[in-house]
Amino acid sequence: MSRFRTEAGGRVKRDKVLSFTFDGVAYQGLTGDTLASALLANGVHLVGRSFKYHRPRGIVTAGPEDQNALITLRRDAARETPNLRATQVELYQGLEAESQNRWPSLKFDVNAINGLASSLFVSGFYYKTFMWPRSFWKNVYEPRIRAAAGLGKAPAKADPDRYTSRYVHCDVLVIGAGPAGLTAALAAKEAGATVILADEGAEFGGSLLGDAVTTIEGKSTDAWMSDVVMNLAMSDKVRMLARTTAFGYFADNFVALVERVTDHLAAPSDALPRERLWQVRAKQVILATGALERPLVFPENDRPGIMMAEAGRSFLNRYGVKVGLRAVVFTATDSAYRAAIDLKQAGVDIQLIADLRARPPADVVDEALACGLTVRAASTLCGTQGGLRVSAAEVGEVNGDLTIGRKEVVDCDVVLMSGGWTPNINLHSQSRGRLIYNETTQNFLPGAPGYDNVSIGACKGTYDLSATMNEGYAAGEAAARASGRKGGMKKGFSSLGGLAMGGGHLGVVPHDRDPGRVKAFVDFQHDVTAKDIKLATREGFQSIEHVKRFTTTGMATDQGKTSNMNALAIAAKAIGKAIPEVGLTTFRLPYTPTTFGNFAGTARGDLFDPIRKTPMHDWAAAQGAPFENVALWKRAWYFPKAGEDMHAAVNRECKTVRTTVGMFDASTLGKIEVVGPDAAEFMNRMYVNPWTKLEIGRCRYGIMCRDDGFVYDDGVVGRMAADRFHVTTTTGGAPRVMNLMEDYLQTEFTDLKVFLTSTTEQWAVIAVQGPKAREVLAPLVEGIDIGKDAMPHMSVREGRICGVPTRLFRISFTGELGFEVNVPADYGQGVLDAIWREVREAGGCAYGTEAMHVLRAEKGYIIVGQDTDGTLTPDEAGVGWAVGKAKADFLGKRGLMRPDLTGPSRKQLIGLLTVDPKRVPDEGAQLVASAAPAKGSHALGHVTSAYWSENLGRSIAMAQLENGRARLGETVYITSLTGAAFPAVVADPIFYDKAGARIDV
Amino acid sequence: MLLVTCPYCGPRPEIEFRQAGEAHIARPAITCSDDEWADFLYMRDNHKGYMRERWRHVAGCGRFFNVVRHTVTDKFVASYKVGEEKPAIPAEAAAGPRVEIVR
Amino acid sequence: MSETATRLSAFAGLTLPAVRNRLSVTVAPDAIRYSLRGSPAAAAALGAVFGPVPSTTACRATSAGDRAALWLGPDEWYLLAPDGDAAALAASLSAAIDEPHALVDISHRNVGLILKGPRAADVLNGACPLDLSETAFPVGMSTRTLYAKAEIILWRTGLDTFRVEFWRSFAGYIVGLIAENAREHAV
Ligand SMILES: [Zn+2]
Repeated sequence: MSRFRTEAGGRVKRDKVLSFTFDGVAYQGLTGDTLASALLANGVHLVGRSFKYHRPRGIVTAGPEDQNALITLRRDAARETPNLRATQVELYQGLEAESQNRWPSLKFDVNAINGLASSLFVSGFYYKTFMWPRSFWKNVYEPRIRAAAGLGKAPAKADPDRYTSRYVHCDVLVIGAGPAGLTAALAAKEAGATVILADEGAEFGGSLLGDAVTTIEGKSTDAWMSDVVMNLAMSDKVRMLARTTAFGYFADNFVALVERVTDHLAAPSDALPRERLWQVRAKQVILATGALERPLVFPENDRPGIMMAEAGRSFLNRYGVKVGLRAVVFTATDSAYRAAIDLKQAGVDIQLIADLRARPPADVVDEALACGLTVRAASTLCGTQGGLRVSAAEVGEVNGDLTIGRKEVVDCDVVLMSGGWTPNINLHSQSRGRLIYNETTQNFLPGAPGYDNVSIGACKGTYDLSATMNEGYAAGEAAARASGRKGGMKKGFSSLGGLAMGGGHLGVVPHDRDPGRVKAFVDFQHDVTAKDIKLATREGFQSIEHVKRFTTTGMATDQGKTSNMNALAIAAKAIGKAIPEVGLTTFRLPYTPTTFGNFAGTARGDLFDPIRKTPMHDWAAAQGAPFENVALWKRAWYFPKAGEDMHAAVNRECKTVRTTVGMFDASTLGKIEVVGPDAAEFMNRMYVNPWTKLEIGRCRYGIMCRDDGFVYDDGVVGRMAADRFHVTTTTGGAPRVMNLMEDYLQTEFTDLKVFLTSTTEQWAVIAVQGPKAREVLAPLVEGIDIGKDAMPHMSVREGRICGVPTRLFRISFTGELGFEVNVPADYGQGVLDAIWREVREAGGCAYGTEAMHVLRAEKGYIIVGQDTDGTLTPDEAGVGWAVGKAKADFLGKRGLMRPDLTGPSRKQLIGLLTVDPKRVPDEGAQLVASAAPAKGSHALGHVTSAYWSENLGRSIAMAQLENGRARLGETVYITSLTGAAFPAVVADPIFYDKAGARIDV
Repeated sequence: MLLVTCPYCGPRPEIEFRQAGEAHIARPAITCSDDEWADFLYMRDNHKGYMRERWRHVAGCGRFFNVVRHTVTDKFVASYKVGEEKPAIPAEAAAGPRVEIVR
Repeated sequence: MSETATRLSAFAGLTLPAVRNRLSVTVAPDAIRYSLRGSPAAAAALGAVFGPVPSTTACRATSAGDRAALWLGPDEWYLLAPDGDAAALAASLSAAIDEPHALVDISHRNVGLILKGPRAADVLNGACPLDLSETAFPVGMSTRTLYAKAEIILWRTGLDTFRVEFWRSFAGYIVGLIAENAREHAV
């Protein structure tokens, strides 16, 4: 075992050795290690390079707040995850990790030259330097900056892992399972509440996990923790989530947790998701998120080997790892003394404790002296030495006037620093809680919460262990009671030991170096130094939110966790304001970086959106039809025969419908059953048409406007009974038409006794269109006379087809004799099979949506949403004849009276015949007045539909054109993506069978 | 995700609902002036503070109803059925200092 | 005369997921389904003939024998009866109601799945945002809600049994999503 691993102790399993690699070098660690502790056990501190200067970076903390030890984990070609914190990555057999932000290697990095030129790379450098010349930005600056910058590399392949999500409700959600969270969960459980306890770590216990000396209720922390955890785990009211980060706190106590399910496993089960998103709705939330130790801002404080004192202690006590052999401790807090004592007792040579404070508490100092440690009060670090690892610290005395007195260079391979403790108020802030600034401790603390939550323990500034546990228990009891459970129990905890966490320092420490040149880092990841923050304030940035964006301090993965308070203190001092006046930046989600997979969950591939299929979908697929997406539906597009391309198939289908017969799946059209004694009056008000006199068994083409007077939807409506209408809508418009009808019925036309039911999916609809349509259906229909006179165009009959009930419509969207067969959906395929036999016998074909579009355009029938766009009135869309002008009121009647809807600038729907009959315009192409219009000329309109018509042997198009109907016969020009605008003649939009003779047979 | 109280079904998750604009906009008689009509069609209030809004429990009971919601904090203070009397709009809490200072 | 057309289920070709001892998913048998819309008085009148009297309490289902009425809204109930002559049943029900109402056949619009087992609620909560604990969603509760992006009717028929009804074109999406959400419960 390496000389950095202790002989015994810690929570690692010493008999379970694991092999892993870092940058291709093989190492060994133990089960229970994190990647960070395993690397440190091998004497490796250098793990990455910084963002801007590519300076060498080491492991700084032992927890998820680390912003230096970002590495890429590789499982296989598709599973490369960048920006994982080595301090949070649990070791498994065969783990492969790589450092980031370096080229060609971690130890020799070309971009580190940025560091040599760092006087150029001051904050705001990018904003200032790369502004001119403009053309340089796109071609020169940006590609180079992009290549050099960035944290890690995004994986090139699709993510092969699964991610799931679960909605869950509880009385009490406890976030953080340290001493405060554990006691809170315990109390809430005992009070009868349903509890979720979540912690980021692999084990519950929080700060207690790195504590070897404390006792709680006479037990060791280990024994006490395992009793409590066991007690909680035995309850079916408690859900314990380890490796779970609460990353977002949303309105009404909706909290997002991400559980890392398989990342720590060497060979995870294929059935398990990589991550599970818990979407928790909690009646009460207890925040027990602890406090984070702050770095001290001193010259050259970023060398690998310089780390948090408590991290050094945690690596020792929890993982059995000595972070170095010779340490200098630099502190402004009491807690670092405990680290020094623990490390010394493990055999680490503690060179000295340099305490920034002139008078550290006597009891703390005495205990250190009793352990044989050297303590120097009023001492600072004026710099450090070393390349890829710290090799010495320059310790200086701080005089009363803050100048530096005697200096000494002290050899060391690790510096343990402690600038104080920052309560972790991130989630409290996310929940829109208010803040309190404590001037004595120089901390921001949670004030009044934004929702039903409470902060307890160190995140509230309570550092004493017994007090923390008592606070936790009381909060758990109170939360249970507030969520409607019994509560009422009380309990006090006693502990011995614990960590003294007093003291602290904000901002740059005193030193004797040139403040204009020295690098004293505030944000290690972004290379933000004290100098950068001062510069920002000199440049006029007074708000901390602006300073943050100008310098990038506390952005990205840090989210201010370690850097915020120091940055704030430096900025406040430079501006000459008090810290609370400068204000704290807003904490935002996610608390720590969160994968895209977690957000996507199961919504990917075929499950991204519902794929709606008609009852006859599989039949069309078996016929070789490709499908077109229409809203969420798949619709058969065309039915190619062997050797046919789309063009040939559509031409054949169009010809066949006009010469014999075609069959079409129209099931996706929206259908609404409008029923009630006032049904006709409701239809009168909702549609522009008059309905009162429509006879039972007859149909009418309905146009719906909104109150603005513009066309909103259309469809054929059949009257099934005096009080019952079968309304059809466009495929995409069905939900919004239903919503609009319900809206008016519930809130405006409340006098009407009418009821709506969507029947879109009750009916499978098979359109049979063409001269032989009647011949095809005749042998299949029972109880309906489908003869020309008995069942005229625009009528509907109920009867049977193929032995099942049908609503048979005689309607046409092709201009040919046509029927639409509605049958209960499960019978759709069976009835289609029978019709298909007859169609083939008659020499007909199946046709898809493309042929449907061409056929209707030949007849000038509009498609709402294609030929209209929410700006055309019924008259402008060419269906003004449908408007029941005598009606007292209908949706759009008042709107159509607006003066701005008249005049020559209004557009109307017209037909276009290109002068070159072979040329098919692009849909969406603009219409202009000449072949080469002057720059800035305004468009006269645009093409809405354009097709090749095989039946007409030429192209046809529909367009919206200014004052279009007055321009019949005139020539306009259609723009082209590939060349000059080309001429077309304005025409009536009915291109085929203007008299409508073919339909009435 | 907000918790929205449907006056028929009780508190339910936001994704079951659809916001439907400002409440209590009366549809004027057809004889109204063009200005009145334009107001009805297009002019809506959108201030910081409490607003009366229409919501529909579209993936629930399907009913349109009214709420009083704060447009900054997103807090709902009342839900009421169409036709029911409007509940009072609560007074805005005084906006204290963002950060309170203690020693 | 041609032969009678046969029925083809919306679930044809779909594989229903199962997790041993934890979850079974079965297709609800063909049924008569009616949408009743009208006043509580209309519903009460219908109940006298139908069997179960539709509930006036929100989100509650009533059932009697093999018939059930699920409250979906203050003027909307979802009626379920064994497969048979839907038109005849509707005629007999309508005849009993004097109030204005609508009774619309949606036997083929909707389809149903039955999820049963100790993990049924968890699998539903993979995409349904409601609290499905026994206290918040007791046996006999019914409501329209969401399963991810699909609208569903959810009815708890037993402590560990739920009936899920939805429009037939969503069958592939919902079955696929249930399978995806059930997958991790095999471990
Ligand atoms: Zn509701």
